[in-house]
Amino acid sequence: MPSDTSALHLVLSADPVLMAIVGLSLTVSLAAVVLATLIGLPVGAALALTRFPGREAAIVTLNALMGLPPVVVGLAVYLLLSRSGPLGSWGLLFTPQAMVIAQTILVAPIIAALARQTVEDLWLEYRDELAALDVGPRRRLATLIWDARFSLVTALLAGFGRAAAEVGAIIIVGGNIEGFTRTMTTAIALETSKGDLPLALGLGIVLIAIVIAVNALAWTARRAGERLAG
Amino acid sequence: MLASDLPIVLQDVSVRTREFAILDGISLKLMPGAPTVVIGPNGAGKTTLLRVAMGLVAPSSGEVSFGGRLNVPPTWRAIVFQRPVMLRRSAAANIEYALASAGVAHSEWPRRIAELFDTVGLTGLDTRPARRLSGGEQQRLALARALARDPEVLFLDEPTASLDPAATKAIEDVVRAVVARGIKVVMSTHDLAEARRLAGEVVLMHRGRVIESGPAARFFESPDTEEARRFIAGDLLV
Repeated sequence: MPSDTSALHLVLSADPVLMAIVGLSLTVSLAAVVLATLIGLPVGAALALTRFPGREAAIVTLNALMGLPPVVVGLAVYLLLSRSGPLGSWGLLFTPQAMVIAQTILVAPIIAALARQTVEDLWLEYRDELAALDVGPRRRLATLIWDARFSLVTALLAGFGRAAAEVGAIIIVGGNIEGFTRTMTTAIALETSKGDLPLALGLGIVLIAIVIAVNALAWTARRAGERLAG
Repeated sequence: MLASDLPIVLQDVSVRTREFAILDGISLKLMPGAPTVVIGPNGAGKTTLLRVAMGLVAPSSGEVSFGGRLNVPPTWRAIVFQRPVMLRRSAAANIEYALASAGVAHSEWPRRIAELFDTVGLTGLDTRPARRLSGGEQQRLALARALARDPEVLFLDEPTASLDPAATKAIEDVVRAVVARGIKVVMSTHDLAEARRLAGEVVLMHRGRVIESGPAARFFESPDTEEARRFIAGDLLV
C-alpha cells in the first residue's frame, strides 16, 4: 500500500490491504464477543439469582475485572500459549485464535457484570410473579435473560466496543503479522510509529465508522424488538 | 386434582420484621364456598396475610396448612398482585407462559387462551404487547394468567385499587364468573362498598390482627366489635 495515499482515498477505493485488515479485525472482535456472551451471560445471570457466602466479593471482583489491563491479559495469554507454556502444544501463539482468546478474556467480565446488574434488576421486578407461577430455577434464568434481551444488547455493545478498540493484548499474542494477524488497532499503532499517518488515519476513520454502524444497527434492532414485544 | 388445598388454616401465624409485627398471632380458616374478603385500612397486613395463605411468605411463627398438609407447593393456588407484573411479551404469550408453567399440554393452549381471553373480556387483544395494555386490561390479563393455572383457590390483592368505576365493574364481573365456576376467591380491599358487593365472608384486619370475621351479612348488619362498627360507619381506623 503506497504510504503517500490519502486516508479518504484508501477508504473510498476499498483498498484490498485495508479491507483485509478490517475483515480480520471484525472477525476477531465479533468471535470474541460471541464467546464472551456464551460465558458471561449465564455467569452474570446466575450470579444475579443465587445467594451464597462470598457473593458480594464475587460481584466486586467481577466488576473490577471490567477494568482488566489489556497488556496484562496479553502477557498472561502469551505465557499460556508460548511454546514452553502449559498450552504451548496447541500452537496458537501469533494466530488470530490467540487474539480471540485474549479478547474473550477481556470482554467476558464486561458482559457478565452488566448482565448481572440487568438481570438482578429484572429479578426484583419479576420475583413475586415467578414464585406465584411456581417457576423452577432453570426456567426462571431463561425467562429473565429472554425478557432482559433488549437491555442486554447494551452489555454486548459495551463488550464489542472494548474488543474493537483494544490493542494491548492482541499485539502481544497476535504479533501484528502483516496479512495474518494485523488488525485495525495494531496497524494504527504500527503505521503511526512508522510515520504513515494517512493509513493510520484511514484505519481510524473506518474503525470509528464500524463502531458507530454496529451501535446504530443494534439500537435499531432493539427499538424494533421493543415495539413488537413491549 | 388429587387432594384439595382447602381448607387453608392459619394457626397463630405471626410475621415479624426486626422492628414490628406485620401479622400478629392470626388464626383463620379459609373454607370452600363464597368469597372471603379481607378488609382493613392500609398497613393492616392484608397483603401479607394473602401472601402467607398463598404460601409465598413463610410465617415467623405459627403454622399454615393446606387441606391438612404442610409445605404444599402452589400448584392449585394462584394470586393476582395489586400491581401485577406483565412479562415483556404479548398478552397471549403471558398466558402461554402460565400454561407452560402449569404443565398444560401445548395442543391445549389455543383453546385455553381463547377461553381465558373470553372470560376476562380481552378477546382480540392477544397479540398486543402486555405492557402496552391499560391498567384495567393488565389487571384482567393478570387474572387470566392466574386462571390459566386452573386454581382451586384464587387470591386477589386489592385488584381494583387504582381502577376507574368501569374497569372496577369489569374486574368484579370476572370475579363473579370465577366464583360461579366453584373457585374459592380470597380477596383484599379497603373499599367497603366492594366488600358488600362481593363478600360471602368478611375478615376485618387492623394493625396485623384479625379484629372480626364471619358471614358478610352478619358483619355488616350487626358487627361484634367497636372497631368493626366504626369501620363500617366510615370512621378512620388509625
